[in-house]
Amino acid sequence: MGVGIQVEDLNAWYGSTHTLQDINLHIPANHATALIGPSGCGKSTFVRCLNRMHETNPIARATGVVKMGEIDIYREASPVEIRRRVGMVFQRPNPFPTMSIYDNVISGLKLNGFRNRRILDETVERSLKQAALWEEVKDDLKKKSGASLSGGQQQRMCIARALAVDPEVLLMDEPASALDPVSTSKIEDLIFQLKTQYTIVIVTHNMQQAARVAENTGFFLNGKLVEFDSTHKIFTNPRDKRTEDYITGRFG
Amino acid sequence: MPVKPAVSVVASPAAEKTTPSSPAPVSPVREFLNTRGSGRLADTSFAALMLACACSIFVIVLFIFWILIQNSHLSLAAFGWKFFTREAWDPVSGDFGALPFIYGTLATSLLALAMAVPLALGVAIFLTELCPRPLRAPISFLTELLAAIPSVVYGLWAVFVLVPIMRDTLGPFLVKTLGWTGFFEGANFGVGLLTASIILAIMILPIISSLTRDIMTAVPHSQREAVLALGATRWEMIRIGVLRNSRIGIVGAVMLGLGRALGETMAVTMVIGNHPEIHKSLFAPGYTLASVIANEFAEATGDLYYSALIEIGLALFLVTIVVNAVARLMVWAVTRGAPSRAS
Amino acid sequence: MSTQPIQAQPLGDPRKPSRANILRRYTADRIVSGLAVLATVIVLAPLAAILFYLVYKGASSLNLAFFTHVPAPVGEEGGGMANAIVGSSLVLLLASLMGIPVGIAAGVYLSEFGRGKFLGNAVRFTADVLNGVPSIVMGITIYSLVVKPQRHYSALAGGIALAIMMIPTVTRTTEEMLATVPLAIREAALGLGVPKWRTAVSVSLRTASPGIITGCMLAFARVAGETAPLLFTAFGNQFWSFNLNEPIAALPLQIFVYAISPYDEWHRLAWAGALVLIVLIMVSVTLVRVFANRGVLKGGS
Repeated sequence: MGVGIQVEDLNAWYGSTHTLQDINLHIPANHATALIGPSGCGKSTFVRCLNRMHETNPIARATGVVKMGEIDIYREASPVEIRRRVGMVFQRPNPFPTMSIYDNVISGLKLNGFRNRRILDETVERSLKQAALWEEVKDDLKKKSGASLSGGQQQRMCIARALAVDPEVLLMDEPASALDPVSTSKIEDLIFQLKTQYTIVIVTHNMQQAARVAENTGFFLNGKLVEFDSTHKIFTNPRDKRTEDYITGRFG
Repeated sequence: MPVKPAVSVVASPAAEKTTPSSPAPVSPVREFLNTRGSGRLADTSFAALMLACACSIFVIVLFIFWILIQNSHLSLAAFGWKFFTREAWDPVSGDFGALPFIYGTLATSLLALAMAVPLALGVAIFLTELCPRPLRAPISFLTELLAAIPSVVYGLWAVFVLVPIMRDTLGPFLVKTLGWTGFFEGANFGVGLLTASIILAIMILPIISSLTRDIMTAVPHSQREAVLALGATRWEMIRIGVLRNSRIGIVGAVMLGLGRALGETMAVTMVIGNHPEIHKSLFAPGYTLASVIANEFAEATGDLYYSALIEIGLALFLVTIVVNAVARLMVWAVTRGAPSRAS
Repeated sequence: MSTQPIQAQPLGDPRKPSRANILRRYTADRIVSGLAVLATVIVLAPLAAILFYLVYKGASSLNLAFFTHVPAPVGEEGGGMANAIVGSSLVLLLASLMGIPVGIAAGVYLSEFGRGKFLGNAVRFTADVLNGVPSIVMGITIYSLVVKPQRHYSALAGGIALAIMMIPTVTRTTEEMLATVPLAIREAALGLGVPKWRTAVSVSLRTASPGIITGCMLAFARVAGETAPLLFTAFGNQFWSFNLNEPIAALPLQIFVYAISPYDEWHRLAWAGALVLIVLIMVSVTLVRVFANRGVLKGGS
């Protein structure tokens, strides 16, 4: 089951570039929330701050409060502990090339020291089914390398990998941007089903995608959160002129 | 290691409690993951271990330096700087000077460079600019093999193949054609400075040519096209578009070859004749810094003798360090520094 | 530049290069191309000559006794280099045990922790410089450090000297191979809450392992032929020895001693030993080449 995320006064820097400025926002539990905006607006940085991936870059830093459920992730937990609660799907599929499909899916468990074979088997089946990949790969789970799948399958495997650790929140950083239309629609269907069980935050540059999958949408511009509201409101009656310009295609 | 975020991050055990907002039964997977700690101790010790191993490289270099200084203090005290300008080498009376070895080292290394550099440049130009594509990989592979042959094998080959050639064919030929220069006088036994230089040249060729090739490949294609578009011939394109852009790197590559030639021991020891005298003739036997150590170290009986040999090692160490450091900086400047200079 | 040879002509179009000019430039082009080809041939000739002599002289001297017997006393026929082969293996094993872990760890530091830092660059630079320190210097250093206080030559001392020579090569190849592992794969592991050390070991190192293994073989091959650092450490031995605290025979040492000896029988053995050594080295280098060409990894996206 997912938890809500409360963000207060979040600021982030890459070197001397101030990439996120005073972000305040509440992401409700068990819903999909879309983040849109032109490239370089800070939306990817924002999701990377939600599981403290942002700070893996030596020149990056962040200040502010991010509460995941009851936990202030910057003060009350280590990055590693937070990332185990938060699944992340990246822009390009990134399977571990040396591992089989099976090992890829449960890598989050195995690399953290989980050894119970029965539960591992169950988890692989559950996650692959959730990611709608089970039927396609169940016969060569341990035979094929994760890197041998097609791009869309790889991305779904990466989603299964993120789901295998039973996360509370699922972050997706433009998960379909490197995929063909058919795979994209499969991923969107998936998000639609998963959002009843997990809190999903999805970054996208595709406004139709945001409209299709998300209840709430935030619009980022130049490191600031310009507007955050229900998706319907954002796309039909935005409060801010800049949001309107963006969704009507006047820039970006 | 990541820079510490501005907010202070303190792991608190309280964070391990499951969130009250999820009353549903916790899955075994989640239960297990929640019990795993932050791994901070393991992370810190791992980083420290890796850092220690990396620093061991510094320690090794400093240690070599320190040991050599320690063990050569007798000779340093006895002869001072004069050690490097004295010609005497008399273990019996305890009178030591390194000049003959310095001469031998410089003479063989520079002569080797003079032979190897034009050839290496030719090979590099051939490989990057002229060579038909299917031949490129095999030829560069062969030159790399040349670099992998151990010094002692070169020495073996030199002793049994090169020395007879020098004695019977090449030597007399040189006397006849270039005898008037005075560099080819005296008895020619096949061993001597020239033979050592030739084998050194063969040994450093692959290093220089493969590095030069890398450097020339790093020159952006646009530079070549820019020159060709002006109507230049291929040679003019190579001279202006390629060589001029990569000359610092090529000098660096040549210096790396020099560094190797200065310290080369076995092959030189086997063919240089091992005689601590300074002769103008290239047929004369000589001695290098490295080969005197190889030959006499095991028999160095007196403390001063031993100390003098260590001091020679110290000199060799310092000179090669400097040559290599300068050379590396030059090569780095070209291969990783911005290759796309505005044209 | 191309304007430089274009000199104004008294007659005709001043911008049109003269016939002689064109001829000169194209002749220069031909000559240089010819010289480059010639240089390549001259460089490859000694390689061919060395390989030819090794096979020609070495193969005819190789026999079973070479691999099973210890050297025969002077004047007697036969004998082999069995003790030198075993001795070399022992010294190299020691060197690998000491040098490879340290080298790999230093490479991991450079690639995973020290990227872009001053210390990282300094270590990388020092490793390259250490690579250029003459091996004879390594030999006398270890002599002064280990052999002199102990008052006897030993296999252990030889192993230490070779280990130090392996470290820079292993470090640099490990670093280069780790650099080929895409950042996205590390992020995938970190994003799953895998601690950094586990990511480095189970993901980065594991993905790059084929390249790192071949890099270690390259370092191994390089020191396998080293003679100078062993002269005053392992020293050589005409008999069997398995004691790490005693002088031990080594293949390159034996080749050196035999090559400069006056006996034909020993010369024959030296050629055979050189052939064995070179085959070992060439196999490693070729393997490295194959892996390097294959790019080792295509993972990621």
